[in-house]
Amino acid sequence: MSSRTAGLLEIVHPGAWASLQDLGRPGLRRIGVPRSGALEPGWLRLANALLGNAEDCPAIEMIGGGLVVRALGEPLQVALAGRLSAEVGGTGSRRRLPSWRSLTLAPGETLRCVMLSGARVGYLALAGIDVPRRLGSASTCPRAALGGLDGQLLGPGDRIPGALIDGSERRLAAAPESEAEPIRVVLGPQDDHFERRSLARFLDTAYRVSGDADRMGLRLEGPRLRHAAGKGAEIVSDATVPGSIQVPGHGLPIVLLADGQTIGGYPKIATVISADLPRLAVLAPGQTVRFTAVAVSAAENLARAREAALRAAISAIVELPHRGEADLQALYGGANLISGVVDACPGRAGGARGAAQEQP
Amino acid sequence: MDFRLLDAGDTALTIEFGETVDRRLLARVAAAEEILAQRVAAGRLAGVVETVPTFRSLTVIYDPLRTSRSALEPLIRSALEQAASAVARQGALWEFPVCYGDQLPEAGPDLADLAEHCGLTPAEVVELHSGVAYEVHLIGFLPGFPFMGDLSTRLARPRRVEPRVRVPAGSVATAGALTGIYPWDSPGGWHLIGRCPVPLFSADWARAALLQPGDRVRFRAVGVGEYHSLITRIGDGQSIDRLEREFRAAGAAGRRR
Repeated sequence: MSSRTAGLLEIVHPGAWASLQDLGRPGLRRIGVPRSGALEPGWLRLANALLGNAEDCPAIEMIGGGLVVRALGEPLQVALAGRLSAEVGGTGSRRRLPSWRSLTLAPGETLRCVMLSGARVGYLALAGIDVPRRLGSASTCPRAALGGLDGQLLGPGDRIPGALIDGSERRLAAAPESEAEPIRVVLGPQDDHFERRSLARFLDTAYRVSGDADRMGLRLEGPRLRHAAGKGAEIVSDATVPGSIQVPGHGLPIVLLADGQTIGGYPKIATVISADLPRLAVLAPGQTVRFTAVAVSAAENLARAREAALRAAISAIVELPHRGEADLQALYGGANLISGVVDACPGRAGGARGAAQEQP
Repeated sequence: MDFRLLDAGDTALTIEFGETVDRRLLARVAAAEEILAQRVAAGRLAGVVETVPTFRSLTVIYDPLRTSRSALEPLIRSALEQAASAVARQGALWEFPVCYGDQLPEAGPDLADLAEHCGLTPAEVVELHSGVAYEVHLIGFLPGFPFMGDLSTRLARPRRVEPRVRVPAGSVATAGALTGIYPWDSPGGWHLIGRCPVPLFSADWARAALLQPGDRVRFRAVGVGEYHSLITRIGDGQSIDRLEREFRAAGAAGRRR
């Protein structure tokens, strides 16, 4: 951290939906405040780690493509995570850059993000980001006017203070591979509110992500599920969590996400496990998913494995030799790091930034 | 204490005491939350992030990187065995001014309909609604939204068939045996009978939500003049201390978590 100068990242266009998110504000569900935070917390942490930021720093979460930002005043270091690509231009030559790397924007340069096919969520992290925290977090929750710059989504002209920390550029050793396996769920808490056949159908048919998806929830299209006779489609409200799969009277499941309401009056057939919820949350409308049931203990083990894989990916961040010379072959032809490595060096939070490490 | 443990994924489990809205269940939920809060404070439930009380259940949210269901479950069962069978929550008592729809129709656009369906005059609805102290059973749906009971059975009506796309913040509403106040503009399906000028939520307050589960709220009918002067006086950015001084009912020194 030699030369540290302050600059501003300006939102030229927020695209479909852009908000500041960090790892959320846990502990307030009893007063109706959802945790909020990144829909894919692993990617947010990777983006921050690429910059040497603390992993829980806020970053811009984009849903859908089209985000355009510009560096004002001073050079800024930013990092990208998600299945997207970026185009940098504005002062001279245009360059097209892959995701999963950091880069330096010269004053006046703009960066435009484009989602790859099938993806809907990505992150743009900013070195030295300096935004206020509300109730312990910068995560934007528009329903409660919490977080972000003013409690609202990012809009054109918004300016976020950041800094040039050291001008280096880094990338992941390998892009996280997209997993095609079914989304794992734990059945319950109200699986007994459904007909046996509907429960079986839920687990062996494909559902499609509908266009009706935001940070609160994601509706699925597919076979309609029937509530058990005598149980019905309503319950006396009880608590929900991110991942709760509610099934209202129409029989189509709704998966609650980070901003989802804290209680609900519909039976919940199952809960998406924490290791797989980000994988579901980042899918674009039209993508298909299947569900499979696992035990709670298996789900907990998968959560630990996912965390270990994330730490391994962070430890394996490599420094790029010169600006703009990312070795694309190494990035996109590399091994499946995120989903494959489960036993590597837990407990290291970005400690090896800049130091290339072998995959175990 | 009779309960079932329900699976809610790998970050939560739900302790279910029953499936209805019932004062006895609320008292059990309160007892369970109290004993678990004690255990958390004593460091005996590591990895528990928070608990969420509802009418009939308590959901325990935990971090699977710091604990596990198999570690938590026996600790929770033994805590519940030692819990009181019921606890009456002793929250603060509040008195909130409400401008009902009989004074200002746009403040309570459903008051006349509700009165007609209940076979009452609007003034009788106001008298029944403002005549009692309601307990805050839970807060949810929206940040700071209090679900309060028990509403007089003479006022009980199911939710509106057609929910509104936008209910204004401050709306005082009823549905079934419950009454509540919308802290935010939001969609909503309850019957809007009045408007309350007291803000219920602010990130500037240490506890963010003015009301907490277990608090009690009594409504006081006010005229249009007083309602407008309250709105002007309260404005934005009111400190929670001032709200407490002004709207906490005298002599009710309730316990705070």
